[in-house]
This record gives sequence, structure tokens and C-alpha cells, in this order.
Amino acid sequence: MFDLGPHAGFIIAAYGVAFVALGALTVATFADDREQRRMLAELERKGIRRRSAASPATPKVTSKAAKPTTKPRSSAAPAKRKPASPRARKTRS
Amino acid sequence: MSAALTLLRRDVILAWREGGAIGVALGFYLVVVAITPFGLGPDLNLLARIAPGMLWVALLLAALLSADRIFHNDYEDGTLDVLTTGPLPLPVLAGVKCLAHWIATGVPLALLAPVLGLLLNLPLDAMPLLVLSMLVGTPAVSFVAGIGASLTLGLRRSGLLLALLVLPLYVPVLIFGVSTVSAAVVGPGSPWPPFLMLCALSLASIVLAPIAAAAALRTAQR
Amino acid sequence: MTPMISLASPTRFLALVGTVVPWLSALVVVLLAVGLYLSFFVAPPDYQQGETVRIMFIHVPAAWVALGCYVVIAIAALGTLIWRHPLAAVAAKAAAPIGATFTFIVLVTGSLWGKPMWGTYWVWDARLTSLLVLFLLYLGLIALWQAIEEPGRAGRAAAILALVGAINLPIIKFSVDWWNTLHQPASVFRTDGPTIDPALLTPLFVMGAAFIALFVLLHLIAMRAEILRRRVRALQQTQVAHAAVAEA
Repeated sequence: MFDLGPHAGFIIAAYGVAFVALGALTVATFADDREQRRMLAELERKGIRRRSAASPATPKVTSKAAKPTTKPRSSAAPAKRKPASPRARKTRS
Repeated sequence: MSAALTLLRRDVILAWREGGAIGVALGFYLVVVAITPFGLGPDLNLLARIAPGMLWVALLLAALLSADRIFHNDYEDGTLDVLTTGPLPLPVLAGVKCLAHWIATGVPLALLAPVLGLLLNLPLDAMPLLVLSMLVGTPAVSFVAGIGASLTLGLRRSGLLLALLVLPLYVPVLIFGVSTVSAAVVGPGSPWPPFLMLCALSLASIVLAPIAAAAALRTAQR
Repeated sequence: MTPMISLASPTRFLALVGTVVPWLSALVVVLLAVGLYLSFFVAPPDYQQGETVRIMFIHVPAAWVALGCYVVIAIAALGTLIWRHPLAAVAAKAAAPIGATFTFIVLVTGSLWGKPMWGTYWVWDARLTSLLVLFLLYLGLIALWQAIEEPGRAGRAAAILALVGAINLPIIKFSVDWWNTLHQPASVFRTDGPTIDPALLTPLFVMGAAFIALFVLLHLIAMRAEILRRRVRALQQTQVAHAAVAEA
């Protein structure tokens, strides 16, 4: 192999380009996959579930009706979201 | 049938009245052909040899410029939705609109070509074949452009995207269109074999493109 | 591919990808290692082209994948439009950049092979030109995917474009072939290269297998990423909806 002949440059360039391109493609593909998995894990950690929310209309109605009582709790909204969704789910089903 | 003809007439009249779009396409055609010698040098022999190719390439670009008009105006004001629910099957609708584009844009460009050929020193006896090849080839151009127009309906920068999508599909039309004319200008051989291929391409486009365009219109509307 | 039907569930598909990826990665590494060894140490230099024939071991397998990938996209397009298979659009979208990269490799290695062989970096022969058009078709598909925001419409539009391209590719190849016979006075060079010596076939097939395995691996990963991306987007929209509700 060590004598690649007079056109060694072209051979090395060809293999080089191929491996750089494939390497970049592989890295990009795996990195994108890892990024998506990370974002998904983060969202699930935050407690956002798939198919967890009722349509925005339903919770809005219940929260508007309960507006005076939930107002002081609005600053603690994230903590209060969990009890809100099972309630919304119950009203929906 | 009369519904189709009515639509055709309406589209052609609208295109003529709009004037601007066709004028721009013709003007673009003129400008591109006119600046070519500045890039290539004024050598008349060279220009004569590249004339068929340049005239065809510039024609494709000019036709593509106005292609996103095929469905866009009606899509914008909701007429397309009305037409879709009408008596015409969607492929026929798409076909009629492509035909209107051909009549309003393709034919004028083809008729302007010989005049521009003078700028490029195209031999006079090649002119009839030039016009003929373009008249026969531009239906393929319009109908394939219709596919691009329906796919990019309502998108930003649709004109450029349309050109990117559609130009590779024009390679056969370009090859046979230019060969028809070149055979008369330069070369050995009869222009009729490539001419017949060009006819075949146009006929195939007229039949098949509306099916693809209709499918694309359905995806855009859902 | 009957598993395709049972794989209609994205969740099951994701599980499959998880189990397959480690084995497939190992397979790719092994095949590549063996292939490269064969290409450089075992394959004899060609009597006509000398050592440059080794470029063929990248160029030809890459061409197989470039074309095969388009076939995959075309089949996925049928899956989207006719059978409405839920993973079909994902498969098509994931495959396009991979196909474009392999086509790019074919073009560049072909060019680098051409310079020592034929004295010029580019030649408008039927094969290279058709591959250039294939590259443009891939770019068009990627551009269309990017341009349409709504994934459902994007999937169907890209499927239509893929099928239109698939129908056109043979026509384009035929017309470029014809155009070449018109413009080349004499065949100064044989564009296939010399007839392939059997000693060269083994490295070629091993590299071919390596590239195909690599394609499958990258495609599966990209499909998983795309499925997850859609889930992330759905969850983000839910998050925004929750925030809006909390504000209300």
C-alpha cells in the first residue's frame, strides 16, 4: 500500500473526502438523536406528559370559574398544575 | 367540457389583463439573452454555436419566473377552494391552469425567440425550427412547472424553491429541444428524431403532470 | 418486508432501534475494517489504471447506496400516499440527507478518479451527469421538507416530489445517454472503466456491504431522532398550552 503510485494524492484525497463526509454525517446524525432524547427527557422530567392536557377550552372554563380562589395560588402555578390536570381529565372524561 | 373551456378562457384573459407578469417574463428573456455576449465575447461564430442552448435555457428561466402564478393568485383569494368544489375534477383543473400558463407565457416566449436569436447570430434558416421546437416543448415546460407550483403553494420564497425543484426535471426537454435546433445549425443528422422525443415529452407531461399537481393541491389544501 | 406492518407503532419501532443499533454499529466497524484492509493490502493494482483503481472501492459502493437510498425514499413515498403508513414520512425525511451525502461522495470521488484517469476533473458522461441530477433531486427534497412547516403536508408534498423524480430519473438517464452519443466523436475513454478483475470484486462487495450497513444504521438513528423530534415538539406545544392556561 505504501507505494500508491504517481497519483497517490488523488487516492488519499478521495478516501479522505469520503471519510470526512461520512464521519460528519455519522456524528451529526448521532448528535441530533442524542439532542432529541435529551430534550424529551427534560420535558418529561418537568412533568409534561403526552396526551395529558385536555383541550385548552376545558381547563380555561374551570379555571375561569375558580378564578377568585386560584388567584393567590397563581404564583405557585407549576406546583398547582399537577392537581389541575387530573381534575381537567376528570371533567373531560 | 364547457366548464373547462370557461376556466381556460378566464385564466388566459386574466393573464393578459395582468400584463405585467407576461411582460416581465418577456423582458427577462430579452435581458438574459442580451447580456450573454458580455459574458462570452462578441465573437459571432461562438454565439451562433451557443445560440440554441442559450435561447432554450433563458426560456426555461423566464417560464419558471412566472410559474408560481399558475395557482397562487387563485389560492390567495380563495377562488381555488371554490373551483375545487366545482364540477371539474382536480386533475382537469390543474391541467387547464397549466394550459393557460402555456398560452399566456409559453407561446409568447417561443414567438419572441427568433428575434432574440438575431442577437446571437442564429442563422435565419434555423429560425422556423427554433420556433417549432419551442412551441412543441413549452407545454412540457408549463405542465411540469405546474407540478412545482402546486407543491410550493403558499410557501415563502416559493419562486426559487420551485425553480430548484423543477429545473432538474427539465433536463430531457432541454436536451432534445436544443438538439432539434442544433441539428439545423451545426450538426450532422436530422432534427426530427429529437423533435419527436420532444413531442413525446410534452404529451407525457400533459397527461401525467396534472395528476401529480392535483395530488399536491390536495395536500396544500388539507 | 412484513415487519413493516407490525412496526407501524412508533414505540415498537423505537424499541427495535434501541436493540439493533449496538450490533449494527459493531457490524459496520468490522466490515469497514475488513473492506479497507482488502482495498489497500489485498487488491492488486489494475494493469491499466494502477493504484487509482482503489478509488473505485469507495466510488462504486457509494453509488449503490446513493441510488438505493432514493429507492427507499420512493417506496416510503408510496407508503405515505397510498397506505398512509405512519412511519413512511419519517423514513423519507430521515433518508434524504443521507442519500445526498452519499451522492456527494460519489461525485467527488468520481471527479478525483477522473483526473488521473481521463485528465479532467469533470466529464459530462451519462453516469456522472445522472448522479449530478440525482444530487439535485435530493437537494430539492431536503429544501421542500424545510420549507413546509406542517409535517403532514410536508410529508405528502415530499412524497409527490420523490415519485415525480423517480419517474423522471430513467428519462433523464436515457436523454443524457443520447446526448452523449451525439456529442462525443469517439470514445476516448470507457466510462465504466476496465472490466472488473475478479480479484477486485471481493473488496468491492465488502465495502458495499459496509456502506449498506452504515446506511441502515444512520437511517434508523435518523428515524428515531425524527420521531423523538415530533414528540418533543408536541410536548413543547402542550407546555405552552399549560402556560397559557396558568396565565388565564
